[in-house]
Amino acid sequence: MSIDTVIFFISAVVAVFGATMMITQRNPVASVLYFIVSLLAQAVCYVQLGALFVGAMLVIVYAGAIMVLFLFVIMLLNLRGTEDLGASTGRVSRFTKYLVSILLIAELVFVIKSVFIPATTTGIMSMPADEFGNVAPVSKLLFTRYLYPFELTGVLLLVAIVGAVVLAKIDRGDKKRVTDELEESAGQATDGTAG
Amino acid sequence: MKDLLRALTNVFWRMPPAFWVTMKHMFKKPVTLDYPRKKAAMAPRYRGRHYLERYDDGTERCVCCGLCAAACPADAIYMEPEENEKGERQARVYEINLLRCIFCGFCEEACPEEAIFLGREYEFSDNNRNSFIYSKEQMLVPHPRKPNPFKRIIRRVRRTYGVPEQNS
Amino acid sequence: MFEVILTSSIQVVVVIVVVLTGCAWATWLERKVLGHMQQRIGPSYTGPYGLLQPVADGLKLIFKEDIVPDSVERLTYTLGPMLSFVPALLTFAVIPYSRDFSLFGLEFKGVISDLNIGILWIFAVTSLGVYGLVLAGWSSGSKYSLLGGIRSSAQMISYEVSYGLSIVGVIVIAGTLSMTELVAKQASDSIWFFENWYLWRNPIGFLLYLTCAIAETNRTPFDLPEAESELVAGYHTEYSSMRFALFFIGEYANMLAVACVATTLFFGGWNGPAFLSFVPPVIWFLIKVFVFMFCYVWLRATFPRFRYDQLMRFGWLVLLPLAILNAMVTGLVVLWLG
Repeated sequence: MSIDTVIFFISAVVAVFGATMMITQRNPVASVLYFIVSLLAQAVCYVQLGALFVGAMLVIVYAGAIMVLFLFVIMLLNLRGTEDLGASTGRVSRFTKYLVSILLIAELVFVIKSVFIPATTTGIMSMPADEFGNVAPVSKLLFTRYLYPFELTGVLLLVAIVGAVVLAKIDRGDKKRVTDELEESAGQATDGTAG
Repeated sequence: MKDLLRALTNVFWRMPPAFWVTMKHMFKKPVTLDYPRKKAAMAPRYRGRHYLERYDDGTERCVCCGLCAAACPADAIYMEPEENEKGERQARVYEINLLRCIFCGFCEEACPEEAIFLGREYEFSDNNRNSFIYSKEQMLVPHPRKPNPFKRIIRRVRRTYGVPEQNS
Repeated sequence: MFEVILTSSIQVVVVIVVVLTGCAWATWLERKVLGHMQQRIGPSYTGPYGLLQPVADGLKLIFKEDIVPDSVERLTYTLGPMLSFVPALLTFAVIPYSRDFSLFGLEFKGVISDLNIGILWIFAVTSLGVYGLVLAGWSSGSKYSLLGGIRSSAQMISYEVSYGLSIVGVIVIAGTLSMTELVAKQASDSIWFFENWYLWRNPIGFLLYLTCAIAETNRTPFDLPEAESELVAGYHTEYSSMRFALFFIGEYANMLAVACVATTLFFGGWNGPAFLSFVPPVIWFLIKVFVFMFCYVWLRATFPRFRYDQLMRFGWLVLLPLAILNAMVTGLVVLWLG
């Protein structure tokens, strides 16, 4: 076993461990931390494949910016993981829950079947081309083959941002803010249980 | 856009003079002193820690009348009287709490016997509150007042020829 | 193989030692320069010109009691200082400080690790540094710490984008992400030894980089996360002893890292004048880094702290448009000139 394989296995195990811990933690901050661990391990996997650029971008964008945003929101709302978020009791939501989990498991099985099993014939991982996952090939793909999906994703994100801004900036004068309405409905809900 | 223009004017027009100001100040003489090594010049009538005067024969001037304690706005002075062997009144206990004292000098003005003066000493820091309560023994000037013989000669000459004595 | 391991271990040890001592004496530099700029004397008692002040400070911090308040989240509270200290040190792995040289019969490279995505490594590692501050602020169980942590995360998110975009100009001009190649491309044999510095080709990029870097290292005028006048000490209010010292060293190591990166990207790295070739290149490198550190302190002495809304407005409405514009214009010019 070469040292590359050892590192790959360690980082892969850490990635899966981090992901598992992330969804089982009750404390949101611990959840975020485990996710970061998982992301770092994934970045190591990318670097193992020679995709230095993708690995670095994973760390910069996801671990360095997006997860900080998550932490920011968690801290702003001061979630400590002690609140009972409430189990969903409705029949529809329970049904959806099971449906989604079955779908996810099916997807996972499908992915493992299609990717992992053929790979066993050629070895654990087949080394890709030399320049794979570096700046030039990635950008070439982004600006030629995947130009439309790339731009469309950009537009989608823009729409999401505009939507968020519109939602947050509803004028207080004639219409209530969305958050106020949420607070009111929450207040009514607690009133109902108390009464 | 307005913000952008303002930021650019700030960077290229208003910030360089600001940097110049700090750089200029770097080469000016510091206004603070390298304290324990160099000390600031003292005002001639500086009011520091108190001391208690004696007569030339060594008896204390203080008669424990309590006027200084009455005059003290900070209630820093405490005293108890007694009689000495000649039957004169003097202080058995005379304490000044220097943590309360505001060094106003009213005690000095109130004293009818010219016994208490505010000296020039100001370095009496300690790490114990009790050590700031100065007793009579700590404040009395030593008896052979000046070990310097010339000062005694000068004083005698002045007294002989009627030159008014300066407060040293 | 053995020789490579030996030389790189020696390099790692030497670089870490130099960086840590550099951090220690950066505090001295800051206190002294700041003192004189405010017409004070600064440290003057420990050693000549107070030069041993960092030693005294270090001893004091080591022997101080390590106080852990009751309301902290133990694990994250312990992780905080480490997470802000380690990424700062990791940055120096890819910074070229000299040309390749041989010493005592061993061949050394001028950099610990010559990654071909050196700059991205630096950005990846420094972007992780914020977790130290955020987690410290969150786990301390104190309102000042929490506010400091929230501020630092908000500030990081706002300035990270412009920070990344500010160096795109240089990368596009140089056509490489490797630090050693960037330095090599700025070399010049003429008497105008600074003619090839990227500073002249991309001055706006340099200013943007400097501004964002100061914001990322939480220094005045962007030191809102630890604003003394409002938040006691911000995210490290509840820390004492060596834990606090780790934050302190981390901050200064980050400053040094920024100075090193700016030197490498915009000021020709270790390249010195050709007519003074007998001076080792590492000396030129250190001189340039020193000038940057001085500018850091100079800036601190000159400007007051931003207000929070000014900070956000400046980040999103000034820096980001400028950074995008700079990247686009540089790209177009490079494309046009071939």
